[in-house]
Amino acid sequence: MAAKRRTDEMRDRVVLGEFGVRNVHTTDFPGNYSGYDDAWDQRRFEQAFRVDVIREEGDELEFDMVGIDAAIANAFRRILLAEVPTMAVEKVFVYNNTSIVQDEILAHRLGLIPIRADPRLFEYRNQGDEEGTEIDTLQFQLKIKCSRNSQAAKESSDPNELYFNHKVYSKHMTWVPLGNQTDLFPDADFRPVHDDILIALLRPGQEIDVLMHCVKGIGKDHAKFSPVATASYRLLPDITLLQPIEDEAAELLQKCFSPGVIEIQNVKGKKVARVANARLDTFSREVFRHESLKNLVRLARVRNHYIFSVESTGILPPDVLVSEAIKILMGKCQRFLNELDSVPME
Amino acid sequence: MAEEGERKAVLETVQADGTDGNCVTFVLHDEDHTLGNALRYMVMKNPDVEFCGYCITHPSESKINFRIQTRGTLPAVEPFRKGLNDLMGVCQHVLNTFERSMKEYRAQREEEMQ
Repeated sequence: MAAKRRTDEMRDRVVLGEFGVRNVHTTDFPGNYSGYDDAWDQRRFEQAFRVDVIREEGDELEFDMVGIDAAIANAFRRILLAEVPTMAVEKVFVYNNTSIVQDEILAHRLGLIPIRADPRLFEYRNQGDEEGTEIDTLQFQLKIKCSRNSQAAKESSDPNELYFNHKVYSKHMTWVPLGNQTDLFPDADFRPVHDDILIALLRPGQEIDVLMHCVKGIGKDHAKFSPVATASYRLLPDITLLQPIEDEAAELLQKCFSPGVIEIQNVKGKKVARVANARLDTFSREVFRHESLKNLVRLARVRNHYIFSVESTGILPPDVLVSEAIKILMGKCQRFLNELDSVPME
Repeated sequence: MAEEGERKAVLETVQADGTDGNCVTFVLHDEDHTLGNALRYMVMKNPDVEFCGYCITHPSESKINFRIQTRGTLPAVEPFRKGLNDLMGVCQHVLNTFERSMKEYRAQREEEMQ
């Protein structure tokens, strides 16, 4: 019985000890454990698998994915970061730039601005194609000149009062339809996600006149194409008190964890510690610094419970990004299945 | 490398001399840990597979060597194909479940607002 419990712990929990983390790797493969059927079974997977959405606020999404292995959860995370496409400025044609921002720095800054355009409406531009067409390119113009404000007060030293257009913002970028794009996207409103991204500062007489081509790309090629600000997961914490912990020890224990993790109850005049919400813990491992407590607690994480947190840059809603990421992994599988079917293997 | 110059290779197979089709290295072009590790997990879940592992040949080459060795005489292509199909199945189920949960969450939020 104890052996079974130890085996189950090895299979289901990642245990955090004082000097290291145990059971890090997935080991539930066929042949590793006697008495367990570890062969792949789609039906069993479907029964155990679930997704719980915890929070969706604006561009942020937090959800639990339970009953999946790290290999596949990590694939989703990696695809979110590097392989879900977006549109971003790739080519900048500088007609005039007399600002103090050098052309190449300006081009780099323009590239990093998130553009609100659904990448699913566009195709990838072919390699070597310099021109671009309406199906693979979005054109933007940034044309702005700084001038002196003759109405400003004589003694004023505030540039906001003294000059017009001395701050170049992303809102100054305007969409210039290519080809038949006005018919293709009749109610489209292609523009930067945020209006208030500062691109450059100007002084009277300086001007910027550039034309930009946005193309579809992926984060693997350049981070500017990444559709997420962050996409990460953590495993659900699991804290077990191995013995009753009372009075002063209970109060000390409470202080070792994040607020809300340990609660203290009054049982027959004694203060007894209880794990209230392990999810809130950040695993500071403070408890291991106390000789009196460190053997009374087991810190672990649930191996197949992933708490995903996805924060979009605002181009696409985060739930759409997750769906797209899953579809991309399916596309990868399909690509090789097609190849297997088309080329006879010798 | 028969089609070099024409179309970029997607998949190649490498087999040592004198071995049967039960130990094969698949070369997956334009792939990395994303597919490699997920697929390795699915293939390892197959009881017919004796060994499965992958490596990235070099940081500046975008391909992985994916090796499968089966028990007995089963051709290694079979678990490779099964692994890809199983991974597709997993993704399809994850996608359906995720979209359903998302819909439920939004409906519930809407209810709370009213």
